[in-house]
Amino acid sequence: MQLHKLTIASGLALALSFSGAFAGGSKPAVSFGSPITESAIAAWDIDIQTATGKGLPSGSGSVAQGKALFNAQCIGCHGVDAAGGSQYGSMVGGKRPLTGGGYPYAPILFDYIRRAMPMNAPQSLSNDEVYALTAYIYALNEFIPQDAVLDAASLTAIQMPVRDGFIVDDRPDTSATRCMEDC
Amino acid sequence: MTEEKILQPISQSSPEKYSEGTAREEGALKPTTRRSFLTGAASAVAAATVASTTGAVAASLEVQPSSKSMGRTTVPQGYGMPSKYEDHVTRNRTDVYVNKQNYSDWSMTPIQHQQGIITPNGLIFERHHAGIPDIDPDTHELVIHGMVRQPMRYTMDNLMRYPSVSKFHFMECSGNGLTDWLAVKSKTVQQTHGLLSCSQFTGVPLSWLLDEVGLESGAKWLLFEGADGSAHARSIPLDKALDDVMLVFASGGEMLRPENGYPLRAFIPGWEGNTSVKWLRRIKVSDQPWHLRSETARYTDPMPEGKFRQFSMEMECKSVITNPSGGMQMQGPGLYELQGFAWSGNGTVKAVDITTDGGSTWRTADLEGPIMDKCLTRFRYRWNWDGGPAKIASRAVDSTGYVQPTVAELAANRRIAGFVQHHNGIFPWAINTNGEVSNAIA
Repeated sequence: MQLHKLTIASGLALALSFSGAFAGGSKPAVSFGSPITESAIAAWDIDIQTATGKGLPSGSGSVAQGKALFNAQCIGCHGVDAAGGSQYGSMVGGKRPLTGGGYPYAPILFDYIRRAMPMNAPQSLSNDEVYALTAYIYALNEFIPQDAVLDAASLTAIQMPVRDGFIVDDRPDTSATRCMEDC
Repeated sequence: MTEEKILQPISQSSPEKYSEGTAREEGALKPTTRRSFLTGAASAVAAATVASTTGAVAASLEVQPSSKSMGRTTVPQGYGMPSKYEDHVTRNRTDVYVNKQNYSDWSMTPIQHQQGIITPNGLIFERHHAGIPDIDPDTHELVIHGMVRQPMRYTMDNLMRYPSVSKFHFMECSGNGLTDWLAVKSKTVQQTHGLLSCSQFTGVPLSWLLDEVGLESGAKWLLFEGADGSAHARSIPLDKALDDVMLVFASGGEMLRPENGYPLRAFIPGWEGNTSVKWLRRIKVSDQPWHLRSETARYTDPMPEGKFRQFSMEMECKSVITNPSGGMQMQGPGLYELQGFAWSGNGTVKAVDITTDGGSTWRTADLEGPIMDKCLTRFRYRWNWDGGPAKIASRAVDSTGYVQPTVAELAANRRIAGFVQHHNGIFPWAINTNGEVSNAIA
């Protein structure tokens, strides 16, 4: 299989999967899909590799533009100055203003707004508008100055407070024993 | 009198009552529904060799109205629904942790009413991030692109033309149990463990399609992305994708329900449900993970020293007693069959132990086959309740040798504060002298 020459490690796993996990049948020799070009996928190709910023589009937006847009489209759920509103809590303050473990890489917010916000009209904002909203939220958190303008390079360059705040899964992290009497 | 000959207590009233067990003699398993069991009880009392727990003598039988009339007609076309007497068995929106809106929300499976390992499709738990889309399968497409030799697109007709595979697996949300770590918040097992379902999933091995597009050298991660309003996305390691990941269009013998990803979803056996992206529209191949919101700010585990554990995908070995469970009422001392489920995202269930004294003494339960990889396994244990206070719990062991830990053992290594995922701790229920069963996690 040509694939094995291309990816040694994953090719080995692939061979195992054919012989093991789906032993009831092997891959048919024919494809039922059809080729497509990357340019034809462009409208769906919205993901950002947030650690490197790969995938961030051209365009830019300022904190001031973001504030105006936030007040027009986001304030109803998130509240004045993103301090918490009718539906969601505050997005401002502390090392992890965006809750849970927070964002180790600044482009995460761009990626999320672009794919999912505003909730009642997702994927309706221009790239400039997404940059502007990202700038506004990060300025409220004092990660960037109030007069900042974000684009692909400046967004990727922001050093987030929880940049080193994560560990990769290290479970199992317990070693319970099977005690049966007088436990 | 031997324990085996004592009939299980019988309930005639509310669905909260613990009475859903099975009447059986050795070697003959005879499942009965709550109401049909009432009929069976009368004849059981009449049999001299069977001891009754009530001592009451049954009144003479009357011919039932159903025996003296014609029933409903056969509907020419339609979709069958459960008996109207089962309308208490519902999938319930989360009501312990309450969201202010119900678009990014979840609902929970009534596992205390689940009579086998398969969850009926209408009761499979839900988790949505922007509501439930109604997607026309004739317009739905999947694309696979990125670090591939040839990007490809697949219509649903294309995907369903492949030979398919069907596999039985559980699916559990990483947030299952998040409300009940260190304090009692929930009443029922539906609230504590209902982000859990199990079905037979049918679809196409993802490895087949990845072989078609041809992975480029250095490919290590995949992005799965949904066609819903949240464009929900997760980074998936290539090794897992090539191992046993499926693109599924059916569960429990029929096409997926809209709320479970119709017409196409990823299915990642043994991993947190969030990774099995619903309404799947796109897979992108890369050399690194994306570190998206759902794998940094969400679905990560708080750890000591302010760290968060990331990419904790496997759902570790776990079990819970579903009958009796919180909110149920014991019907007096006597024989009960403790029933529940065990499962592991890392293999098969090897054993389940039961305690009825709060964890001092453990005894091994019976496992009911089939016992399958990354699938719910039913366990049963006969217990003669003496009517005194008791604390019951189950503890599962999987094929890796991993033993289900206590919350204290989990808390020794993790920080249990806030919105904590991956609760696979031993879960006890307390029974008081009135026979009331309640959550005893703390």
